This record gives sequence, C-alpha cells and structure tokens, in this order.
Amino acid sequence: MAVVTLQNVRKVYAGDIEAVKGVSLDIPDGHLCVLVGPSGCGKSTLLRMVAGLETITSGSVAIGGREVNEVEPADRDIAMVFQNYALYPHMSVYDNIAYGLRNRRTPKDEIDRRVQEAARILAIEPFLNRKPRALSGGQRQRVAMGRAIVRKPQVFLFDEPLSNLDAKLRVQMRVEIKKLQRALGVTSIYVTHDQVEAMTLSDKLVVMNAGRVEQVGAPSEVYRRPATRFVATFIGSPPMNLLDGVVEGEGRVRVDGAVLDVSDMRAGLQPGHLVEVGIRPEDLEIVGSASNSVSLPIDFVEELGATQLFYGALGGQPFVVQAGTGVVPADAKSLGLRIAAERIHVFDRESGQRLGRVAETAAA
Amino acid sequence: MVERRHWFSDMLPHLILTIGVGILAFPVWLAVVGSTWDAGTIANGTMPLYPGPYAVENYTRALGHGGRSSGEPVGMLMLNSFVMALAIALGKIAISMISAYAVVYFRFPFRMAAFWLIFITLMLPVEVRIYPTYQVVAQVGLLDTYAGLAVPLIASATATLLFRQFFMTIPPELVEASKIDGAGPLKFFKDTVLPLSITTMAALFVIQFIYGWNQYLWPLLITTRPDMQTIVVGIKKLLVTQDALTEWQIAMTTAVLAMLPPVLVVLVMQKLFVRGLVETEK
Amino acid sequence: MDRRTVFNNRLLPYLLLAPQLAVTLVFFYWPASQAAWMSFRLEDAFGLTTEFVGLENFQVLLRDPSYYGAMVNTVVFSGSVAFLSLSLALLLAVMADKQIRGATAYRTLLVWPYAVAPAIAGVFWLFMFQPSLGMIGRTLRGMGVDWNPLLNGGDAMLLVILAATWKQISYNFLFFLAGLQSIPKSLIEAAAIDGARPTRRFWTIVFPMLSPTTFFLLVVNIVYVFFDTFGIIDAITRGGPAKATETLVYKVYNDGRLGGDLGGSAAQSVILMAIVIALTAIQFRYVEKKVTY
Repeated sequence: MAVVTLQNVRKVYAGDIEAVKGVSLDIPDGHLCVLVGPSGCGKSTLLRMVAGLETITSGSVAIGGREVNEVEPADRDIAMVFQNYALYPHMSVYDNIAYGLRNRRTPKDEIDRRVQEAARILAIEPFLNRKPRALSGGQRQRVAMGRAIVRKPQVFLFDEPLSNLDAKLRVQMRVEIKKLQRALGVTSIYVTHDQVEAMTLSDKLVVMNAGRVEQVGAPSEVYRRPATRFVATFIGSPPMNLLDGVVEGEGRVRVDGAVLDVSDMRAGLQPGHLVEVGIRPEDLEIVGSASNSVSLPIDFVEELGATQLFYGALGGQPFVVQAGTGVVPADAKSLGLRIAAERIHVFDRESGQRLGRVAETAAA
Repeated sequence: MVERRHWFSDMLPHLILTIGVGILAFPVWLAVVGSTWDAGTIANGTMPLYPGPYAVENYTRALGHGGRSSGEPVGMLMLNSFVMALAIALGKIAISMISAYAVVYFRFPFRMAAFWLIFITLMLPVEVRIYPTYQVVAQVGLLDTYAGLAVPLIASATATLLFRQFFMTIPPELVEASKIDGAGPLKFFKDTVLPLSITTMAALFVIQFIYGWNQYLWPLLITTRPDMQTIVVGIKKLLVTQDALTEWQIAMTTAVLAMLPPVLVVLVMQKLFVRGLVETEK
Repeated sequence: MDRRTVFNNRLLPYLLLAPQLAVTLVFFYWPASQAAWMSFRLEDAFGLTTEFVGLENFQVLLRDPSYYGAMVNTVVFSGSVAFLSLSLALLLAVMADKQIRGATAYRTLLVWPYAVAPAIAGVFWLFMFQPSLGMIGRTLRGMGVDWNPLLNGGDAMLLVILAATWKQISYNFLFFLAGLQSIPKSLIEAAAIDGARPTRRFWTIVFPMLSPTTFFLLVVNIVYVFFDTFGIIDAITRGGPAKATETLVYKVYNDGRLGGDLGGSAAQSVILMAIVIALTAIQFRYVEKKVTY
C-alpha cells in the first residue's frame, strides 16, 4: 500500500496533441481517488501513465515514494481492471487469475491459495474452470477484479470498469467495489465519465476537463462549492441552471430584472462585472405565488417517480426545477420560486471561475 | 416471405443445382471409371460409364511402379508433393505470422518500409518472373531439392496481411493486461497470440496446403531428377504426344490420386477452407 | 492517432521480420530486378557478354507477330473464362441462396473442384474430349462434327476454356453465395412490399448490391486465367496446335525453355509484370482498407 504522487505530469502525442496539460495530485495511502470528466479530457491517459502503458512526456509519477517514470508496468506493483475486462479468452478463469503470479514465479501452492481466496471473496468459486465467454458480464467483471486483487498490489487502477454493465448491475458492482476497496485498504485510482459513480465511490474526487484538473476535493465539497462553471454543470443531475447576471453591489447580483442576495461572493467586485449565477434545480423553494418570488412558466414536466422536473425559461435561458412529487398541483401553469442567498453560486462570466470560497483546488 | 409459389418454381433451384453438380462431377467420374479399365477398352473408345474390374491392378501398378513412359512410382511422387505442400504451408504460416507480429506489436525505424517491401510482392506471382527466379535458385544450388521446391514459394504477402488483419482484431487491452501481468513480447506471443490464432492458422493451412500441392510450373522447371518430381508434374510425362503410346488407364489412376488429397482436405475441413479462402482474398 | 500499445524492443522486431524479408529479397526482388535489367541488354552470340541496347528488346518483341498472337489468345481466353464462370457461378449461387432444403449439401457438392490442380483438370477434360477415345469427343465425331482439338486450333481453344471455366466456377460460386447472404433480408422484403416481382427484385436490388463482389471476382478471374491456367494449357495442348492456345505466360515459358534470347524473355517478363501491376492497382481499391494505418 502506498501514496501515489503526480507532479506536473504532461502527455503530448505525436503531432503536438497535448492530452494532459500538467497535472499534480497527491493520493493518500488507502484512499480511493476518482478521476471524472467528459470523454477526451485526459483522465484515461493519466491513469495509463500511472500504469506505465503510456510514456510520460514530462513531470513525474511516484508510487510509494519511488519515481516510476521509467519502470515497466509489470514492475510498478500495480494491478488494473479494464473496461472490456481484457480477460484472456483462451484461458480458464483460474488461469486468468493465476497468470500474473505464474509470470512472477510464485510457488504453485501459494498461487493456488491466493486464487482460491480471491475466488471466495468475489464469489466466483463455481466458475474457476470455465472460459470467460461462458460467463455473464458481471461475472467477467469479478474475474477481472480477481486478477487484480490476487497480486496484492500497492495500487489498484480502474479504467471505467462498470461501463459495459447494465444499469442495475452497475449499481450493485459499484457498492461491491467500494466495500472491497475499504476491506483491502489498497490505494486506488478509478476513472469514469459517470458523475454518479464518481460521487458515490470517491474519497477524493478529481474533475478533469481538456487535459487539466478543474477541481480536487471530497465529493460533497465539490458538489457544494464547485470551483468552476464546468464543474458546476458536470457534477449533479439534472445539471445546475446558469443565468447571466451583473454585479449590482456588495453581495448582490441583478438577474433578469430581479436582484438576488448572495452570501458567498468575493468582496470588492465592481458593479457592472459580468457574471453567471448558478442555481441547482433541487435548491429552489416553491412558494406558490407569494410576493418576493420569481415566476417560472412551465413548458413541460418530467416524472421521475419520487420527484418531478419542471422545464421552463428565465430571461430567455432554459431553467429546470426539481420538486418532490405532489408539491406542485397537477394543473399548475407556472411556479413561484424563491432561492436562499447561501444556495447561489456565482461564476465569472469570462473565465468561468467561482467568485467565492473554494475548499481545495489544484493549481490548474 | 409469403409468396404464391408454383410447384415448378419450387423445383427449379433443385433442378439447376443438380445439373450444376452433375456437370462439375462428370469429368471426375469419367476419370475414376477410366482408372478401373484396361488400356485396350479405353483405346478402343468403348469404355462404359460404370467402373471396370481393373481398379486394383491399375492402382497397385501406378503407386508401386508408375507408367511405362515415366517409370517413377506414383507413391514416391505423392510423397514429394506432400513434403512440398507441407513445407510451403507450414513455412508460410511461420514466417508471415512472426513478420505480421513485428509489424503490429512493435514500432521501429523502417517499419512501414518493411511492410511495403512485403506488400508489393502481391503483384509478382512466380509465373511472371519464372526464369530469373529459376536462375537464382540454380545459383544458390537448390535445384532438385525440397528447399528449392518450397522456399521460393513461402514468402507470401497474402498470409502476412491476413495475420496482420487478425492481430489488429485482438483487443489492445490484452497486450496491456499482459504487460501488467509481467509478460514480455515473446511470452505474450506464446501465451496469448498463438492460442488465439489457431483457427486462422488452420484456415490458412488448408488453403496453402492445396496451393502447394497443386503447384505445377515451378516444380516442372526446377526438378530435373525424376525422383524429385511431384505428382501433378509427373502426370505430364504420362501423356505422350503420340497418343497410341499413352497408357490412359495409368494416367487416369495418377490423376485421381493427385486430385484426392486436396479434395479430401476441402471436403473434410470445409468450414476452415471457406473461411481461409474468403479471408485471404477479402 | 495510433494508440495501440506496443512493446519496446530494439532488436526483436527486425529478427521477426528477417526470415520473410530474406526470402522476399532473394526470391522476389533479386529475380525481378534481374529481369528488368536483362530486358535492356543483349547477349552476344557466345553468351559471354551483354551490352545495353535500350528498348530494342521490346521493339523486337512488339514487331513479332507471334507475340500479338499470344496476346490475342490471352484476351480471348481470359474474357471467355471470366464471362462463362462468373455467369454460371452466379446462377448457381442465386439458386442455392433461395433458402431451399439441402443448401449446405449443394455447397459441399459444388466447392470441391477448387481443390483440383489445373493440370489435373486439364487431364480430365482431355480424357473426355480426346477425338479418338474420349467419350464426348467420339460422340461428337459420330454425330458428324469435325472435332479435333489436337489438330484444330479453335477446338483446342474451346477445350482449354471449358476446362478452365469448370475449375473456376467453385471459387466464384463461394464468393457470390457469401455476397448474396450478406445482403440484408429486410431490403428484399422492402422491395417485395414495394411490389417488385422476384425477377425484377434480382436485377434492381440484388445484382447492384453484388457489384463489389462481381468486380472483385472479375479481376481475380483475369489474374487466374493469366497465371494459374498454365497447367491446363500444358496438359491439354502444350500451346498448340500451331500456337493456337499459346498465352503470354505460356510463351514466356516456351521461349525460355528453348533457350537463347535472354533479353527477349526478360522483356516478356517485364511486360507481364506491368500487366499484373496494373490489374493489382485496379484491385487495390478493394485491398486498400487492409493497408491504411
């Protein structure tokens, strides 16, 4: 088990395509760190550089205090779970799990002991003699995990391991991965594009975009105080509403004719500064047609069961409100909305940076 | 589909296919019949459409002694053909598999140059450059040897392309998993690529065995000693220009024997054969 | 961007390529370049020295009427075989594709002639059509047809065409059948709903969808007739009678066998190579996807 440290890691492909533009990251021992971002943001490349499957253009990757830039993947003491499982199709489940140990000349009885143990933990004992093609997606996923844990590595690397599973199985495996990682206490890096997976799994959440880290922090912190407009819209579903606004004075922003009080806004901004105001759909208070509220004409409604989504527009910009089912009468044509000052996020319209407190952010 | 069908339109495909099968089979049937009659019956032109009583005699004589005009036992010619076909098929598979592996799984200077050097040979079948190649083989002293029969025919761009194509369908994650599992390039080849390639190799083997067995012009040129000839070439010696001297019953026996191994390979391994054929060409 | 993971090894890839490159260089490039080199040179009477003569070998060749004869033979031969074997194979493939019972059995019964060596195929057909003892040859003569492929050039050409077609039908049949089976059934069904009768469906939907296969087969067939039919001609006619069935490839062989004019023989090889390269270039469109990185 080990600390993983990335220092100003860059990856430039042939043809000057910069996939990773200088990422620094500390992952404490035993933590599960999730890299999340849209496809092409460089998260997989970063993971593959830790694994040793991609060369590191500049910067350094250290595992357990040892720089591994020039170390072969096999000698980095890591294990990896791939999106398509990458099981050897011609080998039995047992051989798939044992292959890495055999290549390391582990004694035969030791291999058997470890394979059996891994199989017991993952409940795949009945399948040890089958070939991968005779297994279901979830079972293959377990075999891939077995191949990783049997090696007792210092670091687990997960590259979108649940993307090929159906929705129900994905939720189930997500819980199991989290439990397993806790139980084994192995430092892990997990790449996904699914923000729900990222929120639920991570001890430490890293949001990436266009080769850079946008924000690092505990998942709840990232959700509560997104450091940039990108993070604000990427984390959370349905995404945060954004409205154009102008700074009116200290702690006050004018949006579409109304003036909002904002509790978390950097001091000293000039009146007239162009900003964007972010409001999460679930943060709005529905007040009927009371005074001191904004009215949102309802265009259509989406039923999610426990909650409903109301779609409309404010000042020409789309706006979504989430409310518990039954809160709004079925025949309502519009919603009266109120928002608490501490639930409003303000971003610089030009740079997209949060104009307010941010807990922990990597130098991006 | 529901479509009104006349009994005739139901029978038409069967009728046409049966005629087709008949036309394809008829020459071979006649040859088989010819190999069971005596010289006299054939020479008189009175050979019937059914087999005669001379099968055992003809086949024993052909296999053990051969015809009067060639004098080489067909059994030995078949052995030569077999060695040549086997050497070509196995040699081709071996060298094109490792060269395709090099092109797909390594990046090195002149990689594309090497690939094109091989690829261009698609355009130069041996028949085109037959005499210059003959001279080269003569210069390196390979006339009348198994090596001379096989080696010049084992370099094949088709097989290299086929393996390259197949290797590119192996998920790249398998290489990555192998690297993390501590397998180097040779171990990955042995433990993963080789077992996964078995069907491709078998399909290619079927095609190349037939190709090797059926070679004609090349062995005709580079074998001068009768005991190094292949059976397909040997048959030419049996057809004497003066027809009266041709021992047709032995010629047909030899032809049937020459046809049998590759046809059996196709019939027994039809699936592999079709796959090999379609994949080497497409 | 090529993201395929590769191994880092300096020497190994060259070692893996070495056998194939060695064989290719020794038995392909060396002879081919020698042919090209010799085609511009002339040997003296004693075969001791050669001198550079430019295009003279080619000029001599192109003035030679027998070379034109071989060219015409080749065109007639390959054209007829390609047309006959393609159309018969298409007919059989369409019939076998009609979801009839026993389709796989028919396939088995139709593919095996592919495995028969051309020379052996030639022997079979000669045995049938031999004028004095062949079953069909005698029958024809009995009916008053003056059939004699051993003396009559036209008959000889017809016989090699038939034998070559016989052998090529299996190959074309397999590819046509694969092509037919890859046409989505929903397309045929849509045409049926649009009111197209079976014959019309074939010519408006099926045949156009098959055109890539047809084109590919056309090139393959021409190349086949050029080179692989050497054995058929050698077994049946040996280029005769009176060079009536001498094709370009057979002429290279025949002239070379008699020895002598190395430069002229090399010039013939070079022209053949040019033809093959041209044919391959046409086909290249279809191979292209195999070589684009």
